[in-house]
Amino acid sequence: MPLLKIQQLIKRYTAPGGEAHTVLDVPEFTLDAGQQVALRGSSGTGKTTFLNCIAGILRADQGDIELAGQNIAVASEGQRDQLRAQHIGYIFQTFNLLQGYTCLENVLLGMSFYGQANIQAAAAILKRVGLSDRMDYRPSELSVGQQQRVAVARALANRPQLVLADEPTGNLDPQNSWEALQLIREVCKENQAALLLVSHDQAVLDQFEDSLDLAELNQAAREVAK
Amino acid sequence: MTIWMIIRNSLRHHALSTGVTAVSIGLGCGLLMSVWVVNFQTQRAFKNVTGGFDSILGPRGSQLQLVLNSLFHMDSSPGLVKAFDYRLFREKYKRFYNRAVPIAVGDNLKGYRIVGTTLELFEVEHSPGQKYELAAGEKFIQNETQWNKEAVIGHTVAVQLGLGINDTFQPYHGLNFTEGQIPHKDIYSVTGILKPSGTPADRVIWIPIEGLQQMDGHDPRFAGDVSAVLIQMSDNTTARAFGMNSLDSIYNKGTDHLTFVKSNEDVVARLFAQFAWAESVLRWVAYLVAVVAAAGVLASIYNTMNERRREFAILRALGARRSTIFSVIVLESATIAALGVLIGFGVYAIILLAAEGTLRNEIGVSLHPMEPHKVMLIVPVVMVAFGALVGIIPAAKAYGTDVAKNLTPQI
Repeated sequence: MPLLKIQQLIKRYTAPGGEAHTVLDVPEFTLDAGQQVALRGSSGTGKTTFLNCIAGILRADQGDIELAGQNIAVASEGQRDQLRAQHIGYIFQTFNLLQGYTCLENVLLGMSFYGQANIQAAAAILKRVGLSDRMDYRPSELSVGQQQRVAVARALANRPQLVLADEPTGNLDPQNSWEALQLIREVCKENQAALLLVSHDQAVLDQFEDSLDLAELNQAAREVAK
Repeated sequence: MTIWMIIRNSLRHHALSTGVTAVSIGLGCGLLMSVWVVNFQTQRAFKNVTGGFDSILGPRGSQLQLVLNSLFHMDSSPGLVKAFDYRLFREKYKRFYNRAVPIAVGDNLKGYRIVGTTLELFEVEHSPGQKYELAAGEKFIQNETQWNKEAVIGHTVAVQLGLGINDTFQPYHGLNFTEGQIPHKDIYSVTGILKPSGTPADRVIWIPIEGLQQMDGHDPRFAGDVSAVLIQMSDNTTARAFGMNSLDSIYNKGTDHLTFVKSNEDVVARLFAQFAWAESVLRWVAYLVAVVAAAGVLASIYNTMNERRREFAILRALGARRSTIFSVIVLESATIAALGVLIGFGVYAIILLAAEGTLRNEIGVSLHPMEPHKVMLIVPVVMVAFGALVGIIPAAKAYGTDVAKNLTPQI
């Protein structure tokens, strides 16, 4: 049984004029536990919407999104919050680190909405990403590459079953990009977490054995392309 | 722990607005508690300053002036009770009272009143279970055949004038001291210093009544007169009530040259009733400050909501529930109020200590700043609850934060 199973997923947006637009129409998508898949997602293919629906941040208008045996699409908001806290780690393109908090606190916050925040565990994961000497630094005091590593540590701190990465290397130079990607993949592997990464960078996509084009997966995007 | 981490971080991040808001709450809270406690303790202290006496017989005039002059050792003396009237009272109405202690005033030492009296004054319990006790030395000599030019001084007098046992002084005429004034020729020596009593007696120099009556320069024609008679009525309830009513009729309605204060406590209560409006105004000012401060909490937090939308969105993306975000804001608001309450206790302590010092130095009445009062629990609890309540408005705004929309940095 796959870790993530999506069927007939549809997400619509209402335009300011009141007209509904379908931005996501994914008939089927699966991801096994521990599997690492890259999705090519150029602008307008609905990649962030797709990840947000899986994460339960957005509610799907139709279809099923089963994660670890629970259907996120029909879950209440509170249940989706809990599923996200328990099973999902999210790495954003802009990192979305909390600027007023130290690295350690950012990681602790990533752990604390499901179970107990554990300082030792948070420190361990920061050490794993090479930031043992930067725990008390605030994000603004770190380089972009170091900020990305904090984001990775935060996403994985709670040992999620699924890690979603939205253009995680989009703000990094080629060297940092390569290092960040290796780190994400390695840490996900060590934690036996599945990884669903979207990127438009071919160099990133080339490193994955499993690679799909979101534009092909998403029928709505195909319609737009036509 | 998470919620407190978020709250602590926000308060630290907005330290200036948090501090200003907390101080304004502290002022409101401290003022409210102070007004309440000062009023309560002052009333209680004044009502308790009866020196153990129920009533006063004095010259015709204001009952309030008589009480202030005889018990609080303030205000001017309304005049004299003639020696004949004094003796008549003592002999004719003996059945109504336990003790009748005469006092005579008219002299001072550097502004501290010299009061002539009898040793019987020191046998009366000025407060329940408490008599005036000597800290050092002994009482002045006074009996049927002899009296000495000796004085027992209150604690404040000893401290302020630096007087000790065997020190001598010359009294000045009048109740107020004027620089350059020539003193009486009489020389008194200090034989005793009283322990602090927390009553106006701490500011008094007690001498034998004959000493004041026969002081050099005083008109010998009035040597037997007294300023007032402090009366401790009979312990028997019926005799006491009957005596008070009878003396009230005899002196207040039957004569035109004497005043009988039926109940010292009632006179003090009437005095406070006259100033109730001032207390009420102060209390409303304090309410207003507290409400404005609470509105300050609302404004302070509400103004940060826009800049914090992304923070809330990130926290939601990490798995925080809407209710968690709501709780953070409500608790943050309550925490600012709680910080204000802590400052309020400081403000309260400053006001109470200042009031205590002033009252003790000016009147001799003691307040007890550390004595607990229910208002010191009610005001903080209400203030924190009020803080939490006003936090609901920004919390509702935070509750409705659109996660997906606010995850992207706003340019």
